[in-house]
Amino acid sequence: MNSRVRVITNKKTISEYIAEIWDYNELFWILAKRDIIVKYKQAVLGVGWAAIRPLITTLVMALAFGRLGRLGMNTSIPYMLIVSVGVTVWLYFSQSLTTISTSLVLNSNLVTKVYFPRLIIPLSSIFIGLVDVVVSLAVFAGLCIFYQFLPDWKIIFIPLILILTFLASFGVGLIAAVLNVKYRDIGQLISFVVQFGTFLSPVAYLTDAYKDASNGDLLYNLALLNPVTGCIDAMRWAMLGDFAPFNWYSFIPLVVFILVTFFYSIWFFRKHEDTFVDHI
Amino acid sequence: MTVLSVENISKKYILNSKGKSNDDLRDTITGWSKKLLNPGSPDQVKQDFWALKDIYFEVKQGDRLGLVGANGAGKSTLLKILSQITEPTTGSIKIRGRMASLLEVGTGFHPELTGRENIFLNGAILGMKKSEINRHFDAIVDFAGIEKFIDTPVKRYSSGMYVRLGFAIAAHLEPEILVVDEVLAVGDADFQKKSKDVSNSGRTLLFVSHNLTAVQGLCNKGVYLRSGELIKNGPIDEVITEYVKNVSKFQLEQVWTDPNPAPGNDFVKIKSIRLVPDESHTRPNLDTSTPLRLELEYWNFVDNAELNVSVFLYSMTGECIFNIGDEAQIYGKGIIKSVCKIPGDFLNDGSYYISVMIVRDRLAPVYFFEDAIAFDIIDYREGTEWVGKWPGAIRPKMIQVKSWQTELS
Repeated sequence: MNSRVRVITNKKTISEYIAEIWDYNELFWILAKRDIIVKYKQAVLGVGWAAIRPLITTLVMALAFGRLGRLGMNTSIPYMLIVSVGVTVWLYFSQSLTTISTSLVLNSNLVTKVYFPRLIIPLSSIFIGLVDVVVSLAVFAGLCIFYQFLPDWKIIFIPLILILTFLASFGVGLIAAVLNVKYRDIGQLISFVVQFGTFLSPVAYLTDAYKDASNGDLLYNLALLNPVTGCIDAMRWAMLGDFAPFNWYSFIPLVVFILVTFFYSIWFFRKHEDTFVDHI
Repeated sequence: MTVLSVENISKKYILNSKGKSNDDLRDTITGWSKKLLNPGSPDQVKQDFWALKDIYFEVKQGDRLGLVGANGAGKSTLLKILSQITEPTTGSIKIRGRMASLLEVGTGFHPELTGRENIFLNGAILGMKKSEINRHFDAIVDFAGIEKFIDTPVKRYSSGMYVRLGFAIAAHLEPEILVVDEVLAVGDADFQKKSKDVSNSGRTLLFVSHNLTAVQGLCNKGVYLRSGELIKNGPIDEVITEYVKNVSKFQLEQVWTDPNPAPGNDFVKIKSIRLVPDESHTRPNLDTSTPLRLELEYWNFVDNAELNVSVFLYSMTGECIFNIGDEAQIYGKGIIKSVCKIPGDFLNDGSYYISVMIVRDRLAPVYFFEDAIAFDIIDYREGTEWVGKWPGAIRPKMIQVKSWQTELS
């Protein structure tokens, strides 16, 4: 028997808000599990798809940029390794972004029928991209064996950088999710952003490649504003041994970006969450 | 013990007038740019709409509270606030214990997931802990009768299995407060059994309906809402009397003094139609024992017309209970009056409505006056202890059952 008194009012304090989210942690796990089960169910290859995507993407990118674009000529380690790390981060970022931004609309049957802290829905998207991450890392490990390359101790930072990557997608994704409730245009916009982001982020080339272009410094500085640049640079530092030095110029903008978008997006979400049901 | 106290709840919606909605991005952006270019221009007029105004009531443990009111009275808004789908604009609600709403049957079922997976998903959505679901799992499956299909995706379920599974989960939630919307309640035997269980076990029931019979049969307290305001709060009988007095007025009579605006056509126009209780009836409401008289007057604009009147009585669900007509006669131009008597102890309790058709030459409809009268009959019983809903579209006392002993042993 649960005889706790609940109060429904429009004035909820932040600590009550957080406590309530914590209260629903079982729902969080179950929604995350549901998304993953549903994603790979009824596909003949099942989780196999998660393996194919990072693998093929890495191969195609390495072919296009490394061989045809001739960017892979002067690197001290095999170009495939560099691309593989970029693809790992990018797939996680783009999948999280897409899932978060559509999460509220896709769960409209829940939003309009039952109460639970709405923030659970976008939060539970953290895992859906992780399946791909795990497989991507396995692909990376396979490449390491193939090229006889040994990463050093810095790989312990991988989980931390993945969390940063999720947080980078979370702020923008959450704002997009809220707007998507009212303006379905945002869904289109996000798929656009993801499409162009694949090439505008240093997924299949090094961030330094910007410097070689004409107006190189300007382009490089613009690229630093892209949060994915920071994530990929940090991940290359962690996974590629001595090859990539730590790039503070892309890391600091990333942290600032996360702090600003995270808190702003939560404030924005909180402000609009009561009216979802009227617009969805 | 007070389990639910609603304190000065109000809910405001903002309506955009001029039919302008800013529901798509283009409108919003053009709206902004207009404001930028022409800051002095009047903004679109926004209107406040109070769906609920200062609602205040308390529910004690074990009460069965009926929430009545016409469509748009704010019942659903109050329900939405109670189940926390939207927040109140002002005021607060205190709830002791778990509240579950049967609005939510099958909510969040995912078609790709199996029955088993959906039980855990749906249970978590409704606020059950995993251990609780585990404890009730077999009972839920048993109640829903889907043992064989428990590992089949629910998209292959029949709609009946789907609803049963959803209901089984909600039924095992064991809430201290159960909120029920009539939509689900209508004709669901499982539900009725469950509601009885709830009221017998001393738990609290909140029943939302505009079906007075069901409310009266199930509840002991009532709250009557009209256009967002609380009109009456108290014992169910008083609340229902108040409600019936309010809703019945405008539909029991329609009168036109001038033929021009009156409904009809070039051949006939309706002058008046009214449903009145017979003079012998003294109680304030129309109840099952009340003899009723339907009076119709209409203008006939054609000389030598062979006309007759046909009366249709429908139940609330739209089924035609009866259709009767009078003998066709030749009438001249002028006003024609028809009267139809409906005896007492004939209709069941519930909502009914009446349509009238005027027929020419015994076969051609001249004018069909639809939904002319709408009325509620409330329950009236003598000589029975039973208080459940009396089944049937009608409850005719003229048809009788006689019993006698044929043999003594």
